Amino acid sequence: MSTAAIADKRSSSLRGASLPKWSPYAIALGSLALAILIGTLGGLHSRIQWGLIAGILFILGTYGISARVEGRRQAKDRVATSLVWVAFLLAVVPLVSLVWTTAQRGVKVLDVYFLTHSMGVVADTEPGGGIYHAIIGTLQQVGLATLIGAPIGVLTAIYLVEYGRGRLAQAITFFVDVMTGIPSIVAGLFILSLMLIFKLQPFGFAGSLALAILMMPVVVRSTEEMLKLVPNELREASLALGVPKWRTILKVVLPTSIGGITTGIVLSVARIAGETAPVLLLVFGNPFINNNPFEGAQASLPLYIYQQYANSAGSGAAYDRAWAASLTLIAFVMILNLGARGIARWKAPR
Amino acid sequence: MDISTHKTHAGAPAPTPQPAATRTTQRKHAARGAARGAARGTTRPGDRIFLGLSRGAGILLLLTMAAIAVFLTYRASLAISQDHGNFLTTFEWNTNQQQPVFGIAVLAFGTVVSSIIAMVVAVPVAVAIALFLTHYAPRRLSGPISYVIDLLAAVPSIVYGLWGALILVPHMNGLFGWLNDYLGWTGVFSWEGGAPRSMLTVGILLAIMILPIITNVSREVFRQVPRMHEEAALALGATRWEVIRMSVLPFGRSGVISASMLGLGRALGETMAVATVLSPSFLIKASLLDPGGGTFAQNIASKFSEATEFGRDALIASGLVLFVITLLVNGAARLIIARRKEYSGANA
Amino acid sequence: MAKRIDVSGLTAYYGAHKAIEDISMTVEPRSVTAFIGPSGCGKSTFLRTLNRMHEVTPGGRVEGKVLLDSEDLYGAGVDPVAVRREVGMVFQRPNPFPTMSIFDNVAAGLRLNGNYKKSELADIVEKSLRGANLWNEVKDRLNKPGAGLSGGQQQRLCIARAIAVEPKVLLMDEPCSALDPISTLAIEDLMGKLKEQFTIVIVTHNMQQAARVSDRTAFFNLAGMGQPGRLVELDDTERIFSNPSVQATEDYISGRFG
Repeated sequence: MSTAAIADKRSSSLRGASLPKWSPYAIALGSLALAILIGTLGGLHSRIQWGLIAGILFILGTYGISARVEGRRQAKDRVATSLVWVAFLLAVVPLVSLVWTTAQRGVKVLDVYFLTHSMGVVADTEPGGGIYHAIIGTLQQVGLATLIGAPIGVLTAIYLVEYGRGRLAQAITFFVDVMTGIPSIVAGLFILSLMLIFKLQPFGFAGSLALAILMMPVVVRSTEEMLKLVPNELREASLALGVPKWRTILKVVLPTSIGGITTGIVLSVARIAGETAPVLLLVFGNPFINNNPFEGAQASLPLYIYQQYANSAGSGAAYDRAWAASLTLIAFVMILNLGARGIARWKAPR
Repeated sequence: MDISTHKTHAGAPAPTPQPAATRTTQRKHAARGAARGAARGTTRPGDRIFLGLSRGAGILLLLTMAAIAVFLTYRASLAISQDHGNFLTTFEWNTNQQQPVFGIAVLAFGTVVSSIIAMVVAVPVAVAIALFLTHYAPRRLSGPISYVIDLLAAVPSIVYGLWGALILVPHMNGLFGWLNDYLGWTGVFSWEGGAPRSMLTVGILLAIMILPIITNVSREVFRQVPRMHEEAALALGATRWEVIRMSVLPFGRSGVISASMLGLGRALGETMAVATVLSPSFLIKASLLDPGGGTFAQNIASKFSEATEFGRDALIASGLVLFVITLLVNGAARLIIARRKEYSGANA
Repeated sequence: MAKRIDVSGLTAYYGAHKAIEDISMTVEPRSVTAFIGPSGCGKSTFLRTLNRMHEVTPGGRVEGKVLLDSEDLYGAGVDPVAVRREVGMVFQRPNPFPTMSIFDNVAAGLRLNGNYKKSELADIVEKSLRGANLWNEVKDRLNKPGAGLSGGQQQRLCIARAIAVEPKVLLMDEPCSALDPISTLAIEDLMGKLKEQFTIVIVTHNMQQAARVSDRTAFFNLAGMGQPGRLVELDDTERIFSNPSVQATEDYISGRFG
């Protein structure tokens, strides 16, 4: 049969023709030069377009040259490699720009005064003012949400892992999944519908309730994962000593997994701290300091950013404040994230 | 013998060593025993209280879900019954007038279109980055980059929104002009030269926003591809790309799908990033480049402050639709994953 | 079409750790050569240097020469992908592609290498499956997933996949260690048949197996924990098992250590 045919279709040597190691760089330089040439001659002003043209030229050039010298399979491999690199570099641009712009513009008005004063009577279009009231609002709303959401989430997870069998547990598992997918604004609308029924005006705690709804499924999921990691031998050892189940859970299971559970809670706090939509609907925003989350409109950091942007009528001062508040918020979220990782590492079973 | 007695009747030490094989059944027994015992009042009060608390928390969670559905539907029905337009097909949102007219057609269109753009842009790029991190990048580079992408996934959406409105929007002019010049004839990419606060910009911003999430999950999936599958392809003389196509992508497919669905869920419900970037109108336009259109979440955020009580109910009605859509997307994702698992034989 | 392998002065590393040191040997074509030795002596590592799979492991590095009919696998400009097409490999655990059918699994290597007509492809798949003594068991379910076969069948499927691309050499890394005795026997029978066409190198922990299937046997050993593995001796299987020239080989074979 076709042994001869097969042998023909394959190169008889191990030494296929191949491009030198520096060829990708050469092709990259060449396509960049060509793109600049096309850009200047064609009168294209946007540097982004130059970059796109260079990227396309690079991929086409790689394929063409490699297919000619090394064959189609190698060419495909090279194109895949360059596509992956191009995709990575393309994605890096906006993400780096986001972090860089926030940091660079944020430090402009970010100082002690900014952190310790409210907007008070400062008009949105004027310079001055600060985010003290918004920080207070965020801390209170997120704190209250955590006080509600974290215990319910942890207890639910304990029920699912330690007790849960049968229909009820299945239903809870399913709806925790569903709840994870609820958009934050829908959680806000739910609390809003209650406020409409009871004729309530916006106040901080209403926002906390919506945030707690967003937090609970996340806490349940992460706590469940952590509890499942606790080996059954530990539980049995304790039960066999005659320790009642609830004390086994409190004294053996929870302490073993406390690091992971805390990490999960901190990460979920970081997530709800940045939520804007429910706060916009339920807490409304307030330029003055309001230390009472149970009465009257409050501010919050994400909401402050939005309102500085939206109500500023293009004023540079308001944009500066929005960037500074963004930087503060990102710093807050990053500290929580890094803290959570720290806890995870510190409490990790050794 | 009845194992559950040992576990639930506190204080009685279990005399026999219990074989590992019966562990699960034991736990089942213990749980059931506890439940039965609680009913009869024979267990310790501590056990009863603790079980009650944890089960209560679970039930509270279920009640919350039910309450969300019930109250949203109730308030929505108040509004829809007064709607003088067709709630599904009207291209208008006037809730403050004597005879209110409002409909979700534009919002549904805008939500779907912006999410589709976001997915089309984000999924391939995210998969490519995940491959880059697991199969292409030097190891010294891939660790720190993964870490940074983890952190980026935690950046609040309002910050993406601010960045999008102040930085991304001005930078879109060049791309829009170019698209209009070369692809304007399609209609989809024609541009009248207005500020680029359009569906395409929204879609791209959403893509940037969900990129870190999809990348993270996909990266984890690709990392779990068993080494022996990759070696099987390598030993046949596959190039790196062929190894990825033959073993990495098929193995990771369901994971990538669920990651994408996660991202889609975010994109569908995203409020602030859309509200800051889009300049909304109640029109459906063929062009993705001209400003206009709207999404459910964006419309709620921008119409909320001037809405009367009735207007708020109308917004709740549109939120209910969004809620149902996200439920359907999540359900579909779960179905796809469950079915893929049967076929893939990944566990074999 | 089988080729001779000449190894000289081969040393392989995992990062800074030297796994095998200064190995030289010749593997004759159309024969079965068995590698035996205690765990950790580097026989699998050595096997993986013969088709440049060792360098796939992070930190893997090789020094020395491996000549395949006078062409150095580690020479400048040699494409490792081309090497692996010439030198096929079967792994310890059967690893068919889980998402592909039986047919596609066998055709996987061919599809990489060029355009075959449908009938051509079907011919080669049948021939390879017959060659792996699997055809009669699977001919009615070629479109079913390969993962649905038994362990022994999966391993023979992997052999069919490897021989479908007609390599010059077939490397087998403990191909039977995950299999039951009956499947093992089937694969041992198969090796006797395959050596008419290929150069076969097999790593095995099972000395009876080495004695049964191989023409020549190489014994590897290491001086101690953390020391690199070395080739102790290579000779006709009969001689190794009856009258080895090195004391360590005799000790190992008679079960005094390892």
